[in-house]
Amino acid sequence: MKVRTILATKGTKVITIHPEQSLEEAARLMAEHNIGALVVVDEAGHPVGIVSERDIVRAVAKGILSGLVSQLMTKDVIIGLPQDDLISVAHTMTEKRFRHLPIMEHGALVGIVSIRDVVESQRDQYQGEIDTLQTQIIADDA
Amino acid sequence: MSEVGTDANPLRVAIIGAGPSGFYVADHLFRQRDFSVAIDMFDRLPTPFGLVRAGVAPDHQKIKSVTKVFDGIALRPQFRFYGNVEFGTHITLADLRKYYHQICYTTGAQSDRRLGIPGEDLQGSHPATEFVAWYNGHPDFRDCQFDLSQERVAVVGIGNVAVDVARILCRTPDELVKTDIADYALEALSRSQVKEVYLLGRRGPAQAAFTTPECKELGELADAYVMTLPEEVELDDLSRAALDHSPDQATIKKIEILQEYASRKPMGKSRQLALRFLVSPTELFGDEAGQVVKMRVVRNVLYATEAGTLRPQSTDQFETLPVGLVFRSVGYHGLPLPGVPFNEKWGVIVNRKGRVVNTDTQQPVAGEYTAGWIKRGPTGVIGTNKPDAAETVACMLADAAEDLILHAAQPEADALEALVRKRQPDCFTYADWQRLDELEVARGEAVGRPRVKFTSVKDMLAALGR
Repeated sequence: MKVRTILATKGTKVITIHPEQSLEEAARLMAEHNIGALVVVDEAGHPVGIVSERDIVRAVAKGILSGLVSQLMTKDVIIGLPQDDLISVAHTMTEKRFRHLPIMEHGALVGIVSIRDVVESQRDQYQGEIDTLQTQIIADDA
Repeated sequence: MSEVGTDANPLRVAIIGAGPSGFYVADHLFRQRDFSVAIDMFDRLPTPFGLVRAGVAPDHQKIKSVTKVFDGIALRPQFRFYGNVEFGTHITLADLRKYYHQICYTTGAQSDRRLGIPGEDLQGSHPATEFVAWYNGHPDFRDCQFDLSQERVAVVGIGNVAVDVARILCRTPDELVKTDIADYALEALSRSQVKEVYLLGRRGPAQAAFTTPECKELGELADAYVMTLPEEVELDDLSRAALDHSPDQATIKKIEILQEYASRKPMGKSRQLALRFLVSPTELFGDEAGQVVKMRVVRNVLYATEAGTLRPQSTDQFETLPVGLVFRSVGYHGLPLPGVPFNEKWGVIVNRKGRVVNTDTQQPVAGEYTAGWIKRGPTGVIGTNKPDAAETVACMLADAAEDLILHAAQPEADALEALVRKRQPDCFTYADWQRLDELEVARGEAVGRPRVKFTSVKDMLAALGR
């Protein structure tokens, strides 16, 4: 299974923010869209970082919610491709401990995949395989 | 009019496409208790089951046993089947909006992705899915011609379809006669001159999509020996590191089998199946008549993407394979339906979790849903469509609870049936299919085969005395 499979039913809309916007605005956007991370983009729309709910927690703890997104965002963002294998993505996300993977194709953002998307997808894949195997075993017994 | 979803006024749902996904959508709808549901399922073919009938390899009969589950769903009193009825031809979206509260598209992925290389359309180069549909007796493909007088064949791709095609090409008539392969295909394959089959994977053995049992099966063919090249099944550093890190037992076993194939000897078998890795075709060459005579392939090495996927990258080393027949199997691709938002690039209906989405407004289209391969793309086994359908049905039920349904002007099963019969007098009911099924099985019993399929709509009608 590929990243593309997730994006096909999730949509390709990505909620973004600019580095010079405030962390408070970031929190508001996340709450409004019920999401856990925002891709930070420059004026050309190119990703320059990612800001997550963890960063918001840190901002609250430090009392700098009015500070800029650029202060707390993760700058070295790992970017995925629609043709990435889900199994590799799952491995990389757990290994490198991040929960959101922006996906780009031909230089444009085409979606974002969360660890939850990956887990749900893998769960459905395994459930499907189990179901198919069970059907065959039952047929053997009949 | 009373509330929708009661026994007197059931939630009427049209399902377009009678493959596994269509049946799983019906199943999930029938299993819930909140609404009384009536389902009409349409298929452009007279016969149900989609790729279970026309895609699953004939020598894998056991996989087809899932049709017993589908039979149970079809025999529910609130289910009607309309076979030989095509969406857009015999029944339009406007019709459906008049007769149904909800519509669900489960049309699958009916087309092939292209390789995008020169010579792809030369004579003798075919989409593998056409060959699959042909040997499975799909009425639209029964008249296809494949030149099995060629001795060398390349199958491009290394997924399930590619492996099926390679295996069928290597089977003996004795092996094939035990299956429900189409009669004409059995005859053509019995006269096959094919001696060498190349199965070409662009990545390495650790990334091969086929399963361990499928891999093992290739080593047990009656009259074909399977081989790999030692240097191609030796793990590269990146694949080894990935495997060391998360030792997946199935993959490890598969690699062991593939490495064992490198040391096999012909043992007097008349056909050879070469599993090749880390190669991509770059061009097909033809003779003056435009017939494929050879294929150029480039050797690949693997590199890791940022997210950790190992992908192929071509080198400057080329090789020429003298093949006269080519089957391209680099993936199925969905086809658009008239009036339904479609993502051409990915070959899927534009949707969110199964709700069809208007491309311009990004808002859900009221009353329209999708499930299966036309929703998420061609991936997974038959059973994968079950959780996929469950996700779609959850959206359908949530919307029905909010009264976000089509306000059908005439939600009456009999009125719809009268319309369909007027437009397509040759439509097939589920009872018609069951009669055909019995006849096919009986024809098979007579000659010691699981079934002998009817492969044209004309023959199917004639068998029913119509």
